[in-house]
Amino acid sequence: MHELSLVASLFEILEEKAREHRAVRITMVRLKVGELSCAVPELLESAFETYKKETIAGGARLVIEEVPVRFRCRDCGADRAGKEGTFACPSCGGRNVELLEGRDIVIERIELETDGPPAA
Amino acid sequence: MTEKEVIVLRDLLGTNKQVAAEIRKELRSRGILAVNLLSSPGSGKTTLLEALAERYRGRFRMAVIEGDIETERDAERIRAKGVPAWQITTGGACHLEARMVGKVLGGVPADLDFLFIENVGNLVCPASFDLGEELRCVLLSAPEGDDKPKKYPQAFLTADALLLTKLDLVPHVPFDPAKAAEEALSIKPGLRVFPVSALRGQGVDELAGYFVEALGRLRSGRA
Repeated sequence: MHELSLVASLFEILEEKAREHRAVRITMVRLKVGELSCAVPELLESAFETYKKETIAGGARLVIEEVPVRFRCRDCGADRAGKEGTFACPSCGGRNVELLEGRDIVIERIELETDGPPAA
Repeated sequence: MTEKEVIVLRDLLGTNKQVAAEIRKELRSRGILAVNLLSSPGSGKTTLLEALAERYRGRFRMAVIEGDIETERDAERIRAKGVPAWQITTGGACHLEARMVGKVLGGVPADLDFLFIENVGNLVCPASFDLGEELRCVLLSAPEGDDKPKKYPQAFLTADALLLTKLDLVPHVPFDPAKAAEEALSIKPGLRVFPVSALRGQGVDELAGYFVEALGRLRSGRA
């Protein structure tokens, strides 16, 4: 349910990047969504579609890549991917595991158009 | 017309994390221990704060930031205990964000010991938003059932302490405190577990002591 506030933050960043690169429009946004981020890709998509109207990203396509959870065991060094549930190391059974990936929601890259000629 | 690809690599929660880090720094420098209370609606956050207000009366100074969708009700209950309280009504948002806490922080007395932040009742969304707290406590009340930790793992994964509340109801509802604790510990090893009945006053002293210890660590710079 908090996807709308995430999308509001997304647009703050898009506007900043558009100014920085003197973009006239943003055509694509690529988002990496962690499995444990508590954000639902479908809800992000519908929030994006609602929010984008009358912005610089009005015609932009949102591409979402889901990032699986990855842990490392601090005891035996094992590195594994696995969904939430029992966060115990499958190799040694230890509970001393560190979350490496799968919690964040990151704008990886965007595609935009500028009025100027291509850089030499 | 030129097309261009721009690598961004920015976390959508980055601004919130940054504001939270500033709040944490300020509260640490003021020697105030901030505690974020997170749970489903109706699991006893406000009642627990009322019980803590009575325990700390005359010994420690506390204040409360209340997060709700609507109404000033919770803040009024806390003020009735002689504790300053600020109500944030989110008007629909399902969680508090660091910026909302930052706005009321200016009015918080400087000579405080504890600042409790009662989040919007919701076991999902608040888990994703750092508010600059030193400790995060998740409450799970007996009537909710002991199977909740694995259904809502993020709240338990990000918490420092689990407060099992309304334990006076255990004879009347199917709830096994040991099972709830074990399930939460399988998600977050090292989680401190406090069995509580605010109504009967059980477990409140232990919890009050836990916050006092944490305050001591914060003030000696070992937090």
